[in-house]
This record gives sequence, structure tokens and C-alpha cells, in this order.
Amino acid sequence: MGRVALEHVTKRFGDTVAVDDVSFEVDGHEFVVLLGPSGCGKTTALRMVAGLDEPDSGTIRIGERIVNGVEAKDRDVAMVFQSYALYPHLSVRKNIEFPLRTRRVPSQERGALVVQAAGALGLEGLLDRRPGQLSGGQRQRVALARAIVRRPEVFLMDEPLSNLDAKLRVQTRAELVELQRRLEATVIYVTHDQVEAMTMGHRIAVMDAGVLQQIGPPQAVYDRPANLFVAGFIGSPPMNTITARVSNRDGQPTIEVPGGSVPVPSPLAPALHRSATSEVVVGVRPEHLRMASDGFAPATVTVVESLGHELHVICRLTDDQMVIVRQAVGGAVPHEGDAVSLSAAPGDLHLFDGGTGARIGAG
Amino acid sequence: MTGPEPVGQSASIRLVERRRRVREAGLGYVLVLPSLVLFAAFVFYPFIHTLYLGFYRTPPFPGLPRHYVGLAQYRSVLRSGAFTSSIATTLAFAAMTVPASLVLGTALALLAHARLRGIGVYRTIFSSTVATSVAVASVIFGTLLNPVVGFLPWLGLQTAPPILENPSWALVAVAVTSVWQSAGLAFILISSGLQSIPDDLLEAAQVDGANSWTRLWRVTLPMLTPTLFFTVVVGSIVAFQAFGQIDLLTQGGPIHRTNVLTYAIYTAIRQDNDEGRAAVLTAALFAITLVLTLIQVRVLERRVHYGR
Repeated sequence: MGRVALEHVTKRFGDTVAVDDVSFEVDGHEFVVLLGPSGCGKTTALRMVAGLDEPDSGTIRIGERIVNGVEAKDRDVAMVFQSYALYPHLSVRKNIEFPLRTRRVPSQERGALVVQAAGALGLEGLLDRRPGQLSGGQRQRVALARAIVRRPEVFLMDEPLSNLDAKLRVQTRAELVELQRRLEATVIYVTHDQVEAMTMGHRIAVMDAGVLQQIGPPQAVYDRPANLFVAGFIGSPPMNTITARVSNRDGQPTIEVPGGSVPVPSPLAPALHRSATSEVVVGVRPEHLRMASDGFAPATVTVVESLGHELHVICRLTDDQMVIVRQAVGGAVPHEGDAVSLSAAPGDLHLFDGGTGARIGAG
Repeated sequence: MTGPEPVGQSASIRLVERRRRVREAGLGYVLVLPSLVLFAAFVFYPFIHTLYLGFYRTPPFPGLPRHYVGLAQYRSVLRSGAFTSSIATTLAFAAMTVPASLVLGTALALLAHARLRGIGVYRTIFSSTVATSVAVASVIFGTLLNPVVGFLPWLGLQTAPPILENPSWALVAVAVTSVWQSAGLAFILISSGLQSIPDDLLEAAQVDGANSWTRLWRVTLPMLTPTLFFTVVVGSIVAFQAFGQIDLLTQGGPIHRTNVLTYAIYTAIRQDNDEGRAAVLTAALFAITLVLTLIQVRVLERRVHYGR
């Protein structure tokens, strides 16, 4: 139970393709995060699962049932909206009770279920208030209580934390994960916040321009981004990308970076050979870059930012491309204007096709 | 920090504060002065003058001096059978028009709220009665109800005497005209109310299992109550002040069956030249409108949900 599957789902609004041939599956009890910038189609995908939008083509399944054309009210899903969408004219109790009333749950049973849901979210003392009398965090809890009260097969959440302040967001994030594990619920969670995606989901589905870019466990997506978009979107600060060329030096394929060169890491060589491209982008995470005496690329330190627990050293390569080096505090602090040389372990280098942006060497 | 405040300092702060307030109040009065002048000239003065006229009995022939009778004229006019029947007519007229135009306006607004191609044409049609003058509306309906060339005889519906001269039907006919005309305003007000209901709420209700009927009764209409309330208040005031359609269609007849309070005031002053009686009736109309509005505010506001 609780499985959701999208198969080749496409949705257009006029001339814009909001969701473009997207397929993925969510297992029962799984927490999947749809991540992407605004306008990438993640909310539209969620709304199609909810039944608030109909796909132009493709199939959506909930459980074993194809739900195309099934009204939202008959889909057995619950949704938490970004705005919470609480009914302002109803008390907290009546808000939570609403999905039970519409499904004609007998009144005694309703009362018990409301108390149970309210208890799970610490709302016992607020049942007779109106949403207008609650704080943002409390409203968010009411929205969650309204979603869980009916024990639906699938929970859909559309940026439920984005209206909370930073501190409350961190706390609620953990509570939401705990709630999901406790209820063993299937959750599809939409966010543009990569921290939420990394910390909450069993798997992340990264979307851009209506296209599903990559889906996988957070660490896998972080370690092996499928393309330049994912590489740049996940990670803070994002992965450094350096445009480079591939040449053959003495029969050994070499990546020419500004002011220097790197031998192609041996596991990537066959893939690079297959892709037959000469324009590549070298990706390297800021924490994997080091300032060494014998690095592969000379650079000049332009800005040093201290975050307290770490330093972000922003360097300029010889052709004015900028890269960020992330360093723990405690070591030697570089100064602005210092000439440095950048290096990284061969295994920490990612290669992307300069034309398509796709990762070279999937392994 | 504890300890008493230095007395001299707080006193001087208070003085500065008071000066600042006086200055601000002065500026405030200057800013409201223009509207105050307009209100004084066109509302306050006529209002007080009307109350004052009610204390004087108007002589039967022009040119004679009017004389002071105190409250006697208020008493005699307000106790007359003509007044009570006029009040009854006015109330009946309001009872026929206000709920009907509210229901009609709401129904049309809900229909026009659908996201359909070409719905704008219907919105224009539904709201067009607002831009139609009372005179035009009355002439249209006068023609439709005409016993010779009208629509009713064409349908085979004939009353004898003709509907606008029929004591049982004349007020209904005038009320229908008024409903037609005021539905446009109700439509516009309620349409704007509908647009202010967030889509999220209705979508949440949809996911929560509500069908369209439940969404209408449990979300849309409760969220609309402030607008409905406002529409009822405005509609009642308009109904109590209806004049044009009565003047053009029935002139208060037949046998005073459409002689609403405004028309009674009009005949008192234009036909009978009785300023005093007209003044008393006007004061009564004002008082009734005021009381009704207060009752509506108190009764209805309790059932109104102001969304936040």
C-alpha cells in the first residue's frame, strides 16, 4: 500500500511544458523529496498526484489503482499546503475534523480521532481557537494534524516549512521526519531547499525545467550528480565547475584547465573516450579542493569569508573563472592577493560533457 | 534598573508629548476640513433643517406663515393610517427585493466564477444592470408589462386589471423590476468577494474529500459572509430609498398599494405642498433605516466570519 508511480507524465500550461515526461516511483513508507528551483514543475507534479491538476499524458498510480481522471476527493491522499490553507472560519478542532466530516465518519469516532491527531502534534490546548489566533508554527501543526487525522495512503507536502522562521524550520524538520517514521507514511515532499532535501528524504528527485534530472538517495545524489544542474544545485556552497579541454599529451588523455593540466583519472578515461568530446567541465566540491604548492591550477585569492567554523576562500583562476575552497579553521589562513595552487584528489574530480552537461562516467 | 523616575524629566516629556499631539490633531482637522464643509452643506444642514421643519405646520395655502406646533405634527403624522400602510408597503417591498437580489446575485456570481472560455461576456451582461439607470430599467419593464404590446400578454399571462394597475400584483411587478436592477450590484459585490477567497482553501477542501456542494456550503459561503452581509445592508438601504421605478411605473397606485415611504414623502411635498408632513416622514425614514442597519450589524455580525 501507499505506493505512488508516475509514468511518462507530461503537463502543459499553454505553450509551457511544466512537467516533461517524468517517471518515478515512490515505495510504501518512503519519504521522497521533489527538489528544484521555482518553476521547475515540482509543485505541478505534486498537484497531479493530488488530483488538483490532470496530466496531459502519462499515467499516475496510487497503490495499484490508476488515478487519472479520479477526483481529488476520491484519491485517499492528504496534502499540506505552503499557505497551510486552514479554514479561517472554523476552530482548530473543526479544521482537523473537516476531512472526517466530508467522509461521514460517525461523530464519536471523529472526536477520538481529532484528539489523537491533535495530541500527536501538541495541539490539545488550542482546539477551540481559530487559525487567526495561532502563530505560524501552530498553524503549520494544525495543517499537519488535518492531514494525518484520516490516515491516508499518501501524504503530499508543498513546501510546508517555507513560511516558518529559520529556527523553527530546523526544529519542525526533525519533527516531521520523526512523524513520518512513526506513522510509516508515504510522503512526497516538495521543496526548493536543498538542506531539507538532504536531511529529510530517503530519496531526492531533482527537477529542472519540467524534467526529472536525477533521483536517488541524498548521499548518492551529492556524491555523483548526474549532470551540471544537479552538481550546481545541491551543496552549499555549490560544486565548483571549471570549463576545460581534453587533449592527448604523449598518448595520455589530459584535461587542460586554465594555467595547468590534470591527467584524466583512470576510471574516467574509457567513458571520456566514448563520449568523444573535447569540451568538458571539471567539477570539484569546495571541501575537496586544497591549496597546495604543487597543484594543477594556479589561482589568486580574492576574498576570504569566515563562517566561524569554516573558511570560504574564493579564488580566481588565470582566465578569471572563480572557484571556492572550503577549509576548516585552524590551519594557515590565506590572505587576499596570495598566489596559490589548487589541487584535489583524482577521485574527487567529476567530469561533465561541456555541451550537454551530462556526467561523464556514471560509475 | 529600579528606583523612581526623575520627576522633572517625566513631566517635561509629557509636555513635549502633549504639544506634539496638539500639533498633530490640528493638522488632522485641517485635513478633514474640506469633507467636513461638504458634509455640513449637503448632509448636516439639510438633516437638521428637516427635523426643524417637522415642528411647523405648513398652511394650506401658499404665502401664509407656517406656525410652530412642537411635536404635535410628529404625533399626528406618525399615527395616521396612511403612514402605517406606507411603512407596511415599504417593508413588503424590501422583503421582496433584498433576499431575491441577494440570492440571484450570489447564484450569478458563482456561475460566472467558473474558469470558462468567454465567461467575461456573461460577467459583463450580469453586471450591466448597474450601469442601467432606474429610468431605463423602469421603461423596459413598463414595456414588458404593458397590457397591449408587452411580454406577459404575449405569453398569455393576463391579469385584469393589467398588472401595474392590479392591487394584488403592482407591488410585485415593481419589486421584480428592482430585483433585476439591484442583482447587478449584488453580482459585482459577491464576485469580488469570491475572488478574495484563496484557491488554496477550496483545493484543500477538495483533497479533504469535499464534493462541490460541500465546498460551496462549508467553505465558499462561510468565507463569503462578510460580503453577503455588506450586500444585505447596502441592498436594504437601496430598497428603502427606492423611488424612480415607483414614480415611473405606478405613481404609488393602484389605491396606494405601491405608496412606499419615499413616494409618500414625494407626494406630500409636490402634490400636497405639505413641507411639515414631508419633513416628519423623512425623519421617520431616516430613523427606520438607521434602526434596521443597527439591527443588521448586531444580528448578522455575530454570524459573520472575517477570515484572517
